[in-house]
Amino acid sequence: MNHDLSGPVTGHVPVLRLGDVLLVTLQGDLHDSTAQQLQQDIGETVAGTGVSGLVIDISGVEMVDSFLGRVLAEIAARASLLAARTVVAGMRPAVAITLVELGLTLPGLRTALSTEVAMDLLAGSDPASRSGGPRQESR
Amino acid sequence: METAAGVDACLPIRSDMDLVWVRQHVRQAAGLLGFGLVEQTKLVTAASELARNTLVHGGGGRMETAGLTNGHTRGLRLTFSDEGPGIPDLERALGDGYTSGDGLGMGLGGARRLVHEFAVDSTPGVGTKVTVVSWADRSPRPRGEF
Ligand SMILES: Nc1ncnc2c1ncn2[C@@H]1O[C@H](COP(=O)(O)OP(=O)(O)OP(=O)(O)O)[C@@H](O)[C@H]1O
Ligand SMILES: [Mg+2]
Repeated sequence: MNHDLSGPVTGHVPVLRLGDVLLVTLQGDLHDSTAQQLQQDIGETVAGTGVSGLVIDISGVEMVDSFLGRVLAEIAARASLLAARTVVAGMRPAVAITLVELGLTLPGLRTALSTEVAMDLLAGSDPASRSGGPRQESR
Repeated sequence: METAAGVDACLPIRSDMDLVWVRQHVRQAAGLLGFGLVEQTKLVTAASELARNTLVHGGGGRMETAGLTNGHTRGLRLTFSDEGPGIPDLERALGDGYTSGDGLGMGLGGARRLVHEFAVDSTPGVGTKVTVVSWADRSPRPRGEF
C-alpha cells in the first residue's frame, strides 16, 4: 500500500491516498462552509487522481445533521460519476440512531463499521456492481 | 433543585460559525444535566437543524437555553427565534420533504421527532419561534408546560 502523506490536504481535513483509494478523515464539528469546500475539493481530487474508491471516515464526527448528510450524499454522487465508489466508515451508534429518527436515509451511501472493513469492501466488491461511470476502472 | 451553571444562555445565530457554538453549547449543557450520549446527540442534531433554519430562512436570530427540573428529571429547553418572514403554511413545512429552498426539507419535521416537546409559533411578516424540550430521562415522560 502506498501511503502518500504529502497528498492533498483540505483545511484541517486529512486526505490520504492508499493505492487506488482515497481516505478522507472528518473530525469534530465542521462549519457548513468547510463541509462545502470539502465537497468541492474531494470531487476535484477524485477526478485528478482517478482513484476507484473513496472512504470517508466519520468515526470522529459527533453529529450528522441534514446538511452534513446531504454533503456526504453529494460527494458520493459526484464520485460515482467519476467511476469511484464511496463508503462512509465508522459512524458512531448515537449518530446512526439519530439519523434514522431525523428521517435521513441517505440513499446510495454505503456504510462500513470501520475504515478497514470499508477498504476490504472496496477491494473485494464486484466490479460489475454499483456505479457504472463513463470510465473503465482499472485495479 | 439547582440548575447547573453554564446551562442558561442566549447565543446569537448570525453565521455558520454561530451554528458551531450553538451545537457546542447544547452538547455541554445536555452533558451537565446528565443526558445520555444518544439523547445528547439527538438534541444537538435537532438544535443544529433549527439554528440553521433560523439563519437561512429567518435571516438570523438567537437561541435561548434554560435548564428545567420536573421532580427528579432534568431537562433542557431551547428557544430559537427570529424576526424573519415567518412560516405561512406550518403543516406543510413540518411535513418531510417540503422545502422552500434547496434543502431536503427534513429539518423541521426531523427535529420534532428528535425531541420530547416541540412547539412552533410563527407569524408571517413578524417572525418565528421554535421551542423544544428534552429530558435527560425518557421514562416517565413528563408532559410539562413550556
Ligand atoms: N425560521 C424560519 N423562518 C421562516 N421559514 C422557515 C423557518 N424554519 C423553517 N422554515 C420553512 O419551513 C421549510 C421546511 O424547513 P426544513 O428545515 O424542514 O427544510 P429546509 O430547511 O428547507 O431543508 P433542510 O433543513 O432539510 O436542509 C423551509 O423550507 C422554510 O420554508
Ligand atoms: Mg432546515
